[in-house]
Amino acid sequence: MASPAAVSRGLSYGRIRAFASRLLDGDEVAYLIALTSALSILVVTGLLVYELYAKSVLSRHKFGWHFLLTQTWDPVAGQFGALPFAYGTIITSALALLIAVPIGLGAAIFLAELAPPRLSGAFTFLIELLAAVPSVIFGLLGIFILVPALRALNPFLRATLGFLPLFEGPFYGVSLLSAGVVLSIMIVPFVISVSREILLAVPAEQREAALALGATKWESTWQVVVPYAQKGIMGSIFLALARALGETMAVTMVVGNVPQIRASLFAPGYSIAAVIANEFTEATGDLHLSALIELALVLFALTIIINGLARLLVLTVTRQSGRA
Amino acid sequence: MTKLKRVPLGLLALSLIAWILSISAPSGTKAAGTVLITGAGATFPYPMYSKWFDVYHKLHPDIEVNYQSIGSGGGIRQVMEGTVDFGASDGPMNDEQVKQFKDKRGTDILHFPTVLGADVPCYNIPGINEELNFTPEALAGIFLGKITKWNDPELIKANPKAKLPKDDIVVVHRSEGSGTTYIWVDYLAKISPEWKTKVGVGASVNWPVGLGGKGNEGVTGQVKQTPNSIGYVELIYAVQNKIPYGRVRNSAGNFVRADLASVTAAAAGAAKEMPDDFRVSITNAPGQTAYPISSFTWLLVPQKIQDQTKAKAIKDLLHWMLNDGQNLTDALSYARLPKPVVGKELKAISKVQ
Repeated sequence: MASPAAVSRGLSYGRIRAFASRLLDGDEVAYLIALTSALSILVVTGLLVYELYAKSVLSRHKFGWHFLLTQTWDPVAGQFGALPFAYGTIITSALALLIAVPIGLGAAIFLAELAPPRLSGAFTFLIELLAAVPSVIFGLLGIFILVPALRALNPFLRATLGFLPLFEGPFYGVSLLSAGVVLSIMIVPFVISVSREILLAVPAEQREAALALGATKWESTWQVVVPYAQKGIMGSIFLALARALGETMAVTMVVGNVPQIRASLFAPGYSIAAVIANEFTEATGDLHLSALIELALVLFALTIIINGLARLLVLTVTRQSGRA
Repeated sequence: MTKLKRVPLGLLALSLIAWILSISAPSGTKAAGTVLITGAGATFPYPMYSKWFDVYHKLHPDIEVNYQSIGSGGGIRQVMEGTVDFGASDGPMNDEQVKQFKDKRGTDILHFPTVLGADVPCYNIPGINEELNFTPEALAGIFLGKITKWNDPELIKANPKAKLPKDDIVVVHRSEGSGTTYIWVDYLAKISPEWKTKVGVGASVNWPVGLGGKGNEGVTGQVKQTPNSIGYVELIYAVQNKIPYGRVRNSAGNFVRADLASVTAAAAGAAKEMPDDFRVSITNAPGQTAYPISSFTWLLVPQKIQDQTKAKAIKDLLHWMLNDGQNLTDALSYARLPKPVVGKELKAISKVQ
């Protein structure tokens, strides 16, 4: 990339010689390779967006912005709307984070700060193993173990939290709740694994200083080490969120696959990734296919928006804590 | 440090080149004279097709068929794009698609029924172990959300001896687009005008009620786990996994249990009015013993094939599938084509050029 630019700036013999000598040095080669790697990410992302945008033209022209606000999804009549799918994606991911973040963070703190090293090593190995389990396995576990367990737990939830609209209506097992719980199990390893690394990377001097000032072990961990690692921990949560938003197989197996919007977590729902996987292979109509591709575009946008908002949140939080 | 870095880079480049060479090689290594036929489409007949193509390759080592079960929609799309030699689908292409094919490829698409499949209603009602009878009205009512309780008069009328509970019915359907769904809703649309106008026919539809399970196994799993539920699965899947299922009343007024014989009977009943292009739905077919929720599955072959050796190979293969191939269907629980249909198809093969 650098070479044509250099050429266009003026084709002098000296320049080329200088460039050639730098090339022979190896530094330039390393630079070019690294640059190409970085650019390839941009190119792939750009191509992806372009393809999604170009292939969804039929659906975008027919429905316009209404696509985002319509609840109907009728492949036979050719009526498509993204709202119930976007809703399901957001609710299940939010629920998963709500469960996974406290557990994951707690476990990471334990493993990095409190556990004896040998125990910590064994645990970490197990957690990384968990992160490598294919999602279809989690889906099967969801169907055969989690869903029956939730069904057994249902009367209890109904008795204690039933007054909330979140826990209303009949419960068939497959639901937004089940999908959220399965997702939380899937993303917990990411939160733990990355957060633990970040916590371990906090310089020992930070802890020593806190302890020297008379802080207890827990005080030094919670008030010094964790705030120091805040940004990295947030990064681990973004990673987990990205995985939750895009998860397909495990979600579709337990979410119930009904495109509807209900406040109750007991109600079945649907997610964007799930409907794409479910209907793509058998979508014969061009409009149907185009609508599915537009859904992918919506998911892409959703991921960017949520990530952007989360990053904004982190920025404001760290600024405030920096001032305090 | 810089020296150390260069070695792995060189290795990397070398391995990259080796890899590129290795993936580009196989296309050229096929023995001369071998005819490679590629097909793609329906997943439902995949076990049958893969058995057929395997046996056929053993009989004719110079002919190799590569079939990818990517789904009926994908099969139709790929044959239209010309990326495969034949497609396969659980539902016939509609008029618009047939026209689109002609515009795009400049020749007609031919449909060849290969085997038969059927959908069966499966259910889980605590305390009920017998085979239930379903009238068309009951099935349409349940899947439209109009019949919501198991002790509905429509169900009691057909099952006077069963102690049907007063519980709510939980409907389970396939979540992904599938030929199984196509057959099921095609049947419902035939017996219920309301279904036809409100929901329609397709591989995926806008379900008025019910939960979506992924695949036959997903539907079965949810039906097994959810008390008072009803769903539909492929006959073969139900037979192989020993899932109990109900009888359905056919157009002659008899409650028929789905099995290979009653499915073939449905095709035989429909054979009399078989159109020349074989694009026909045989749900709700006439015949005393016909099982009403049956369907063909089709191979989609372009009428004109440029490569003459390939054209001949495909024609021979079709001949074999319709003759000797039909004897292999029983072992895999597929219902064989009735004789009159085979006869008519054998004549149609000569259209392929």
